[in-house]
Amino acid sequence: MKIVVCMKQTPSKDSILRTSADGAGLDLSQTEFETNEPDSYALEEALRLKDEHSAEVVAITAGAANTTTAIRDALAKGADRGILIEDDLFAGVAEPLATATALAVAIRKESPDLVLTGLQSDDVGFGQTGVVLAELLGLPHATLIVELRTDGATLDVKRELEAGWFQRLQLPLPALLTIQSGINKPRYATLMGIKKAKKKPLDRLPLGELDAAVSPGLVVQRLYAPTKQKTGTLLTGTPAEQAAQLLTKLREAKVL
Amino acid sequence: MSVLVVAELTHAGDFHPMSWEALTAGRELAGQLGLPLSCLVIGGSLGDRSAEAAARGVTQVAAVEHALLSAYTADGFCSALTQALGQIAPQYVVFPHTYQVRDYGPKLATAVGRAFLSDCTSIRFDGAEPIFVKQVFQGKLSADFTLAGDAPRLFSVQSGAFAADAERPDSPAPIHALAIELDEAAIRVHPTEPYREAAGTADLSSAERIVSIGRGIKDPENIALAQRLADALGAELAASRPICDSGWLPLDRQVGSSGQTVKPKLYLALGISGAIQHLVGMKGSEVIAAINTDASAPIFEVADYGVVGDLFEVVPELLKQLEQS
Ligand SMILES: Cc1cc2nc3c(=O)[nH]c(=O)nc-3n(C[C@H](O)[C@H](O)[C@H](O)COP(=O)(O)OP(=O)(O)OC[C@H]3O[C@@H](n4cnc5c(N)ncnc54)[C@H](O)[C@@H]3O)c2cc1C
Ligand SMILES: Nc1ncnc2c1ncn2[C@@H]1O[C@H](COP(=O)(O)O)[C@@H](O)[C@H]1O
Repeated sequence: MKIVVCMKQTPSKDSILRTSADGAGLDLSQTEFETNEPDSYALEEALRLKDEHSAEVVAITAGAANTTTAIRDALAKGADRGILIEDDLFAGVAEPLATATALAVAIRKESPDLVLTGLQSDDVGFGQTGVVLAELLGLPHATLIVELRTDGATLDVKRELEAGWFQRLQLPLPALLTIQSGINKPRYATLMGIKKAKKKPLDRLPLGELDAAVSPGLVVQRLYAPTKQKTGTLLTGTPAEQAAQLLTKLREAKVL
Repeated sequence: MSVLVVAELTHAGDFHPMSWEALTAGRELAGQLGLPLSCLVIGGSLGDRSAEAAARGVTQVAAVEHALLSAYTADGFCSALTQALGQIAPQYVVFPHTYQVRDYGPKLATAVGRAFLSDCTSIRFDGAEPIFVKQVFQGKLSADFTLAGDAPRLFSVQSGAFAADAERPDSPAPIHALAIELDEAAIRVHPTEPYREAAGTADLSSAERIVSIGRGIKDPENIALAQRLADALGAELAASRPICDSGWLPLDRQVGSSGQTVKPKLYLALGISGAIQHLVGMKGSEVIAAINTDASAPIFEVADYGVVGDLFEVVPELLKQLEQS
């Protein structure tokens, strides 16, 4: 069984975001990156299947030339190979169709049995790339998966619906799944794993050499700090003063 | 040319309430562009639903009904809607950003060769081109998008971003049943009936007060601190998704789009950033208070009382002062 996991690196949680001079992009020169958190769950699912079915796990990123955080992370945790589709296009707010088209070209060559993605990226958060990719690859798909079983020919999955509802689905392999958080407990990379990762293959594919051009559909005009919708009361001072004010306010509002 | 709103039916056969929020977005857009507003209803057996949609102040209802659409599948819905869009040829198509639309919207857009702008929070009109606003970076930034390329232009709207459209039951619109063909063999995914997990013991929906913890609580050992505050306030303990994902609290204490929707008198959020999927589950609370170290956390946009501070300093103070009083 061959499993491809689509992984993205995103600015780390506490990073301060600066917009670029033209206002339509980000200045990421000072930014630290980490693996897009939802993708860690997708990777863990692939590694779990590898442990059970002796699968080959390939991690793929579309990113700028230095976008190797997520792939290195994957290789250190047990993925076998990495693929980086290189282009600065992916360093900004790339649209899902552009990203998925590039991923599709590279993934088609791999003929995997299963493609996994996260359900959403923590940066641009389109929540689309996996589903678009499935359509481009002609694969059946299911989203928001919180449980996955396979006999090697079909998938039996549990899909999350709204408000605490679930549903089971059966679909044939090859297929694409987008993985929801909480499906598993992602493992940590071991020192040994990190050492081994350095020797694992990482293929770099310049986007220009792939037949993956798309005409723009979503155009970013501007990125900016959101305007506040509702201004509540901010309680200031020392923690003791803040606590006292909060209790007073809550008593005044008759909710205590 | 029209603005077409795709209404969604739940598995129980009712309209998904977000359908009418999408209708509001569609009405705004249609008004600005001077285009007629129509509504599409899709499902296995529509019953009175088409007539209900027709009474919503639209110029036309497209009814897409087929036995193979009884159970939702991305393949079935995509094929049916591709045919419907071909027949209707709308300028814009508006979807509610439900879990179902997450599942088929991007596939449909790709199938018809278009982009899809997911999860918009508002539409602005600066000139002739509508500008679609979307939150990015977990709500830390907003982005203005324009849609390029030919019609149809597809987008979905975020839960709660638009008020539900008012009913106008006096002006029924004509209903057009669209003829579509579906091939059973082309539906590759086989769903079973939706179900709920056996109900847990926590009934947050009737709680008067809720103390809710997020990732700011940092370690499961610290939950005891939040529990003490909850006890002192006579509150139930709830949590954001990551806390339940990690198994620190059971799933039945999760608040949000995939958990419970709560409306207590007091919702006190400790170390919760305020992602939209959390907000939809608690923003109906009477009074919202939040303690968070990050002044720019989106939770402060819905909080009546905001404490920018460290919960590990403020919560012990709250406990001390509650004991003294
Ligand atoms: C389809 C889908 C469904 C989802 N369903 C749900 C759902 O039902 N419910 C839900 O909650 N989420 C849901 N999510 C996840 C959601 O998008 C967020 O990821 C999640 O709500 C974030 O949880 P959090 O606020 O606890 O964590 P974070 O976003 O990591 O925020 C932690 C916060 O703690 C603050 N903090 C850190 N240290 C301290 C301290 N010492 N004192 C005070 N504050 C501190 C930080 O400033 C930060 O704001 C869903 C996501 C998707 C895509
Ligand atoms: N540049 C990328 N490289 C690899 N995978 C990606 C990339 N962008 C998105 N993905 C995958 O698609 C998922 C959804 O992303 P998005 O559509 O941006 O919300 C992510 O969780 C990743 O698994």
